[in-house]
Amino acid sequence: MIEFTLNGQTVRTEDDPDTPLLWVVRDTFKLKGTKFGCGAALCGACTVHVDGAAVRSCTLPVGAAAGKRVTTIEGLGTPEDPHPLQEKWVTLSVPQCGYCQPGQIMSAAALLSANPRPTEVEVESAMAGNICRCGCYPRIKNAILSVAEDAAEDAVEDAGKEVQA
Amino acid sequence: MKASRRNFLIGAGVVGGGLVVGFSMRSGPGAPPLKAMDGAYAPNAFLQIGADNVMRFYCPRDEMGQGVTTGLATLIGEELDVNPARFVIELAGVHPDYANPGMGVQATGGSNSIMGHYLPLRQVGADTRQAIVLAAATQLDVAAGEIETEDGHVLVAGERHPYGAFVETARSLPMPEDAPLKPVSAFRYIGKELPRIDSAGKAAGTAVFGIDVDVPDMHHAVVVRSPVAGGAVASFEAMRAREMPGVIGVVPVATGVAVVATKYWQARKAAESLDVEWDLPPLAQVGSPQIQADYRDGLAEEGESAESEGDVEAALAGTRTVEADYWAPYLAHAPMEPMSAVVRIGDGEAEVWTGSQGPGLAQGLVARVTGLDVERVTAHNTYLGGGFGRRATLSHVVEAAQAALATGKPVQVLWSREDDIRSGFYRPASLMRIEAGIDADGVVAAWRAKRVGANIVPHALRSLLPGLFPGLSDGVIDWTADSAGGLFANWVVEGPSVEGLAGDYDLPNREVRHVTRDHGLPTTVWRSVGHSFTAFAKESMIDELAAAAGADPVALRLRNTTNNPRLHNVIRIAGERMGQWRLPPGHALGIAAHGSFESFVAEVAEVSVADGAIRVHNVLCVVDCGLAVNPDVVRAQMEGSVMYGLTAALHGNLEVANGAIRESNFHDYPILRMNEAPAVEVVIVPSAEHPSGVGEPGVPPIAPAVANAVYAATGQRLRSLPLRLQTA
Repeated sequence: MIEFTLNGQTVRTEDDPDTPLLWVVRDTFKLKGTKFGCGAALCGACTVHVDGAAVRSCTLPVGAAAGKRVTTIEGLGTPEDPHPLQEKWVTLSVPQCGYCQPGQIMSAAALLSANPRPTEVEVESAMAGNICRCGCYPRIKNAILSVAEDAAEDAVEDAGKEVQA
Repeated sequence: MKASRRNFLIGAGVVGGGLVVGFSMRSGPGAPPLKAMDGAYAPNAFLQIGADNVMRFYCPRDEMGQGVTTGLATLIGEELDVNPARFVIELAGVHPDYANPGMGVQATGGSNSIMGHYLPLRQVGADTRQAIVLAAATQLDVAAGEIETEDGHVLVAGERHPYGAFVETARSLPMPEDAPLKPVSAFRYIGKELPRIDSAGKAAGTAVFGIDVDVPDMHHAVVVRSPVAGGAVASFEAMRAREMPGVIGVVPVATGVAVVATKYWQARKAAESLDVEWDLPPLAQVGSPQIQADYRDGLAEEGESAESEGDVEAALAGTRTVEADYWAPYLAHAPMEPMSAVVRIGDGEAEVWTGSQGPGLAQGLVARVTGLDVERVTAHNTYLGGGFGRRATLSHVVEAAQAALATGKPVQVLWSREDDIRSGFYRPASLMRIEAGIDADGVVAAWRAKRVGANIVPHALRSLLPGLFPGLSDGVIDWTADSAGGLFANWVVEGPSVEGLAGDYDLPNREVRHVTRDHGLPTTVWRSVGHSFTAFAKESMIDELAAAAGADPVALRLRNTTNNPRLHNVIRIAGERMGQWRLPPGHALGIAAHGSFESFVAEVAEVSVADGAIRVHNVLCVVDCGLAVNPDVVRAQMEGSVMYGLTAALHGNLEVANGAIRESNFHDYPILRMNEAPAVEVVIVPSAEHPSGVGEPGVPPIAPAVANAVYAATGQRLRSLPLRLQTA
């Protein structure tokens, strides 16, 4: 029996501890947003957050997630209440087939948490582990930089309000 | 829709270079009507309008990223006067009315979805709008001429009524036909910058792909396949596998042995403990060096004539001639979503769920395995995690159906990435020789081209016929595929094998010949099909001629496209931009242009070379695809095509050893990543021409554009894909 936190809820599984977290999330907890692409941590389609860091769930045994906080794309936002990255993905028409996008967004979210104003090169380097076969790279990059810019502008605005208040 | 009820013709022609088998087919009588959702008004197979004004659009083509849901919703929404974003999109099941107008079967490919539906779907929208207007006129007692419509609403005397208010009346009135279509000047949605309509679910992870399908009591199967295509199971030892946790069955299927378990990971682990002996075909004796040597021998053969115009031999005299050989390897499509299918077999009926480029094929394959009539098999479509031609071949559906039949459980078959790379259906390798002569006036006066390699149609027949005609016996299918193989090897040249090798330029004296060499590796269509390799040879040779004659590559292309004004124009625009390019030191430009799928594309690549590596910094793509129904989707497809083509130009290579593919996953079959991706600028030529292909035409020019830029940067002429710099 392995216990961990999945999108804010405590969950338990009887799955074999060497089962990759990906399959526990998909087959046991029926959260299908996290995708299988390579099974070898080469493409990033399966990216989730474990204690806030981007992790390839296709090679992480669920046993190693015991006691940790796991967030999947479903925990990041929903169509009704999207994360700013998800919102930007829609307004900039980023996805094509869309299959790799949850993984792209999870990697991008971890990047922006650690580095709210990344440079273009920092984005490229942080996102190099996520393959998009449709080749949406220019749009993915623009969307991440645009979300970072929005957040910076909001911060400036908030600071301005505080000064006024 | 059994074979006996189908009126079909195997033309073995080529439909738009896409799905390569030219079937002409009429659906049988009494096509079942679609079930209307919640009592909605369902005037045709494409639209359902509820009293609550919820509007469903049943998208007849498969969404694999090309934006077809947005594009087709725009066509029908334009004439219906409904903002495409308002539609609830349903990925259509199988129905005769969903046949691709350009193919005659329900399939998606050949970059023809917008081209083929541009008028038919608008007509459906216009007729349905007319039905609503007439119903509103009756119900509100006004003249139809006084009624206007706007985004799902009827406007009368300043009042705004939802379409849904009139659906009961519309139902009782005869359905209009041939309602007039809008002139281009009246378009509200076509040609406008509208966002894609499928992004929210894809960004949230809620869009359902084939792999995401889950049905009650579903079990998971992993199939162990022959390491060599066409191998058959001689025997297998499954004692250990059967005892492993979760395993409910180890069963033979057409392609190997399926291990079925409660969960995927259990099936996968058990599959690793399976011991299978194989009867291997002659392909098992073949490796890449032999394939290349056989192709080189093939160049010496006369081959079959595909095209001949003027007198090449006479024209060569007195010209500056260049002869060169170009190589393009076998490639896998490697869509991000590996193949998967779910099959549930019930009492006298069955269901199949898979994201495919032909839901009718999935239906037919399940009918064939189960012995059920196709009418008893329901095929559900999903989003496709990439297609690129790969998802028209559905051996995974056969595997799922056989595993479901043998275990009595609903079964999902899921391929691994290794399965995808090693057990797939490939873009055929090609060795191409071009001998060309340029005269003193800069006219390419002579052009002699030959391609050696495998064809696609014989392999495609073997994989498509069972789904299209479930009643055909294995023997008939084999006979048909073998006959096609013989036909294309010895009598006529298959279109996709040479398409684009002598197209585009004026070439008053030209000759194209083909020599078939097929070692048995299964082939299929791969994004842009034959153009994916012929453009590399053709556009490299044009550049070589320019270099030999000391001519400017753009000027030479313009000089020799007098009969091809639309290609001429994209070359001209690209050439002007090259003249204004701000080129950093050490960077160089290369251009290539190619027409395919009735569209015209010129691409310019800015390249630098450092430490033996080719780096592509910027790409300009000028495209004439007729009227751009959604310019932003066109841009996205060009951007993506550049990336797809760059993967092939810089990385893509499959090697064969003892008949097996050596590569297995993204470490040895690398895909372009963001840190290698160039910036892409897309210029769409304004046009009022009928819309033409967008999904594929951006692919062919990029490899030669990069190769030509590498030549400009280094003087090295790279004639082999993927491009590798010669080290000193």
